Amino acid sequence: MLETNAERVPFWEQPLPEDEKLAEQVEHERQEHLMLDALPPSENNALVLARMQQTTRLFWVLVLGLGGITLAFVVTWVIQMQYGIGITGLNRSVMWGPYIANLVYFVGIGHAGTFISAALRMMKLDFRRPIARAAEIVTLFGLATAGLFPFLHVGRLWKIFYMFPIPNQRGLWPNFRSALFWDATAITTYLIGSTMFMFIALLPDLAMARDHTSGLHRRIYRTLAMGWRGTEHEWHNLEVIANILSFVIIPVMFSVHTGVSWNFAMALQPGWHSTIFGPFFIVGALFSGVAAVIIVMIILRKMMGLGYFFREEHFNAMGIFLMLMSMAWVYFYFTEWIVNWYGNLPMEKALQSMLTGDLAPLFYLMLFSNIVVPLGTLWSRRVRTSLPAMLVICIFIQIGMYLERIIIVAGFLSRNELPFNWVNYTPRWPEVVITVGALAFLALMYTVFTRLVPIIPVWEVYEGQAMHTPRRFGRAIFSVRTEQH
Amino acid sequence: MAEHKWTMIVDLDKCTGCNACVVACHAENNVPVASEDEVKRGRGLHWMRIERYWEGEYPDVKARFMPVFCQQCGNAPCEPVCPVYASYHSEQENLNVQVYNRCIGTRYCGNNCPYRVRYFNYRTPEYDAPLEQQLNPDVSYRSAGVMEKCTFCIQRIRRARETANADNRELQDGDVQPACVQVCPSGALVFGDKYDHESRVTNMLPNERQFKLLEHMGTEPAVYYLKGGETDVGD
Repeated sequence: MLETNAERVPFWEQPLPEDEKLAEQVEHERQEHLMLDALPPSENNALVLARMQQTTRLFWVLVLGLGGITLAFVVTWVIQMQYGIGITGLNRSVMWGPYIANLVYFVGIGHAGTFISAALRMMKLDFRRPIARAAEIVTLFGLATAGLFPFLHVGRLWKIFYMFPIPNQRGLWPNFRSALFWDATAITTYLIGSTMFMFIALLPDLAMARDHTSGLHRRIYRTLAMGWRGTEHEWHNLEVIANILSFVIIPVMFSVHTGVSWNFAMALQPGWHSTIFGPFFIVGALFSGVAAVIIVMIILRKMMGLGYFFREEHFNAMGIFLMLMSMAWVYFYFTEWIVNWYGNLPMEKALQSMLTGDLAPLFYLMLFSNIVVPLGTLWSRRVRTSLPAMLVICIFIQIGMYLERIIIVAGFLSRNELPFNWVNYTPRWPEVVITVGALAFLALMYTVFTRLVPIIPVWEVYEGQAMHTPRRFGRAIFSVRTEQH
Repeated sequence: MAEHKWTMIVDLDKCTGCNACVVACHAENNVPVASEDEVKRGRGLHWMRIERYWEGEYPDVKARFMPVFCQQCGNAPCEPVCPVYASYHSEQENLNVQVYNRCIGTRYCGNNCPYRVRYFNYRTPEYDAPLEQQLNPDVSYRSAGVMEKCTFCIQRIRRARETANADNRELQDGDVQPACVQVCPSGALVFGDKYDHESRVTNMLPNERQFKLLEHMGTEPAVYYLKGGETDVGD
């Protein structure tokens, strides 16, 4: 007798067999992938809210410690305003130093967050869901910290409004030909875009926090949630806006570090005047930025007990991306130096002898941190999924990428066209305090922010979990994604 | 179209490296004198400096001197990079001028100058009494946080033009002399208007010994150097 269509059940919709081996496989998949390991939404919410409201003693120690260093940063800045840039170690040839290197470094850190979130959303890679917000907040505060450095760097802070396009009686505008101006424009655009992108995705979670708190907290979250109710119309709008923004933010991301690199590439300074600087800086920024996001994820997982959300699969995927970025960075770095070496210009030879001379310790440490450490270890899945190993590797990458910026800014400036003007640079205490203080400031803002907003986009995790189911094909178990429409 | 093209010729054959021009420049332009400590930290501040290069190995050593100051480039690298137009090209004088009041101290121009003739005021200059009495009233006093550089003594150019206007005549060659040219004992520095067909600089150029500093960078300097022969400090 023929079956009717209604009776015919496709094999992948048949219930999983009671096979012990298959059940083991399903269990394994569930432990591996967050998307297959769904908890009821209420439990998810409770988990994230509990972490957000809990302030341990360690948290307060951290806040006080970081706050103290940030205070030292502010005091140093005030002293610098009082006595002028003269308190730093800058000299008549090296006029840009760690402040500009820090600007590049912090913009670089801020680079990866929104990029990871937006690019993976575009590519519909669902493992991004739990890490998206943690990464976006790195962008937000990385850029905010970077934004301090132009203010720290200029000689007359109280006149910096000359740089802004403010209509004035004399018709004086900023110089639109200056790379500095466009750099500032790109960074501001990226900061605004990233904030919007983060905030849009934050709305449902703010509403969730609103629904589960009382008193003053509830009033604050009610204001921030902007009346989110969770109707189908609202979800649809959220989806559309997030998709549009993720497509818009990626070109902006490219413009930011290209703009930063043009500050150097447009100058006549040997070692800076290079056409490869745009892509080279972008790769470097993603390299250090992804490493920074991994460090933050490890700390969050450890300190906030987020092991349910940040799993091995995430560290594995980020580790692979980090390794790709390391390879790309090596490619660009050596392309630049091989061209220099082949060109054999006297100035560029002076730079090369500087790298193996006065700058040799920094140069070799940079090569070790950026090449030997990541490329030597990240090929192994065991290393990529081991948190202590990843933490050490990522810290090495931070050191290496910071040194790269220091060498480009303060190192190369000490060699220029007329040998009479070769002056080496040594940092003095203000640069050290300001650099450490800026890192502390970034960490402080992040630490405080984790207690203000849900650090995991719970709705995104739940949405992903609703879309994924384990299915059996023959003897294998796969995770299958169902589109919403 | 600018009326003048102020040009300097530096005859390296005549330069003895005596540094009189440096001292005159400090006095004329209120250039602060950096302390010994600051100089050790690479913060020597001179609008005009004598670069001294040694040639050969001891005892067969020769010194070469090269006065270097702002080259007043026709295509200046310092101008497009300034975000606030503090460094710009004056149409009237055809010089690179630095507007101290507009400068916010990004120091981009200083990095981009291949000659490194732009100096940053890392500190507010201090003058022990009675030295503040000798400041030149024609030149503004620069505070910490601004860039400064050689102006070809623009205050003297303007004064000469005003005098000429008052006398109802054209500017003549020799009316303007920057401080360094005025004091140079060996006459190694010659200053004048290259658009004036009668001027000394026009008559001295082209010269078979002439070259411009870092000419290959396309900065079109307004300073011509005349190649020096053997300057011997031995024996």
